[in-house]
Amino acid sequence: MSVKRDSLSVGLAVGAAGTAFGAVAVADHFSVAQACFLSFVLFSGASQFSLVAVMSAGGSALSAIVTGTFLGSRNGLYGVRMAQILKLRGFKRALAAQVTIDESTGVSIAQTNLADQKTAFWFTGFGVFVFWNLFTLIGALGARAIGDTSAWGLDVASPAIFCAVLYPRLKERRLLVASVLAFIWALSITEFVPAGVPIISTVVIAALVGWN
Amino acid sequence: MSSQWIAVIVTSVLCYALKYIGHAIPEIWLAHPRVQRITNLIPIVLLSALVAMQALTTKTKFVLDHRLAGIAVALIALKAKLPFPAVVIGAMATSAIVYRLKI
Repeated sequence: MSVKRDSLSVGLAVGAAGTAFGAVAVADHFSVAQACFLSFVLFSGASQFSLVAVMSAGGSALSAIVTGTFLGSRNGLYGVRMAQILKLRGFKRALAAQVTIDESTGVSIAQTNLADQKTAFWFTGFGVFVFWNLFTLIGALGARAIGDTSAWGLDVASPAIFCAVLYPRLKERRLLVASVLAFIWALSITEFVPAGVPIISTVVIAALVGWN
Repeated sequence: MSSQWIAVIVTSVLCYALKYIGHAIPEIWLAHPRVQRITNLIPIVLLSALVAMQALTTKTKFVLDHRLAGIAVALIALKAKLPFPAVVIGAMATSAIVYRLKI
């Protein structure tokens, strides 16, 4: 019982951040329909924010696709882990894949028995899915009504969210080094290369720092 | 079709494909420690670079403005272990106030 309750409260709390995505997408000149499509089909916060951010910074569709897809790649790694727990085939596997994200995987693997792990995965996954989509629509319509989004701090919502996502993970020295190098690298080259390149090119830093 | 729609649809399809492949491939393929270290680092470096671009550049040019104040407050809030919504709302409010004061 409490597994379901915990899962759904994570769904509500995380889903509410969909307001920020809807608002940021519209502030960055995406349509309400595009914001909602991304939340429904792409359904991966970091990929959604990055796609919108790269294009609004003048990046090409290709660099937005590459960046968004790289950021979505960790869901594939979660999928590997969740497949061992869920052991699904066919339609149910296809459905589970769509809701395989940070939160559904995180809450699931935090459980101590297999039944709770399955319950937590589905309730968190669909909880986030439902609320994330609902709040994306609300945020997108709200931002369209606001006008100058900088006057409401919306231009800093997305980097602040990324800081909050990164911060707890930077206790590990290797991750901290990679993060600082990527930050400095991106800022150093931004004036000399096309938009989007400063972001994608940091994959090389990941490879170098992670090699040994 | 606009380049925005192309990016939206293609990224959506590719990201779903990655999620599905994860569920379908044998785990042994990703077991190598080097592969795990690098795949673990990829989201970190991408997000770090994104923060730099979103907070400190405008149309690829380096810019210091109201957004830096917002990010500074976010970092202070994170250091103080405030909950996620307080971090984001604190950053937004600070950035908005600095932006409006300058006008």
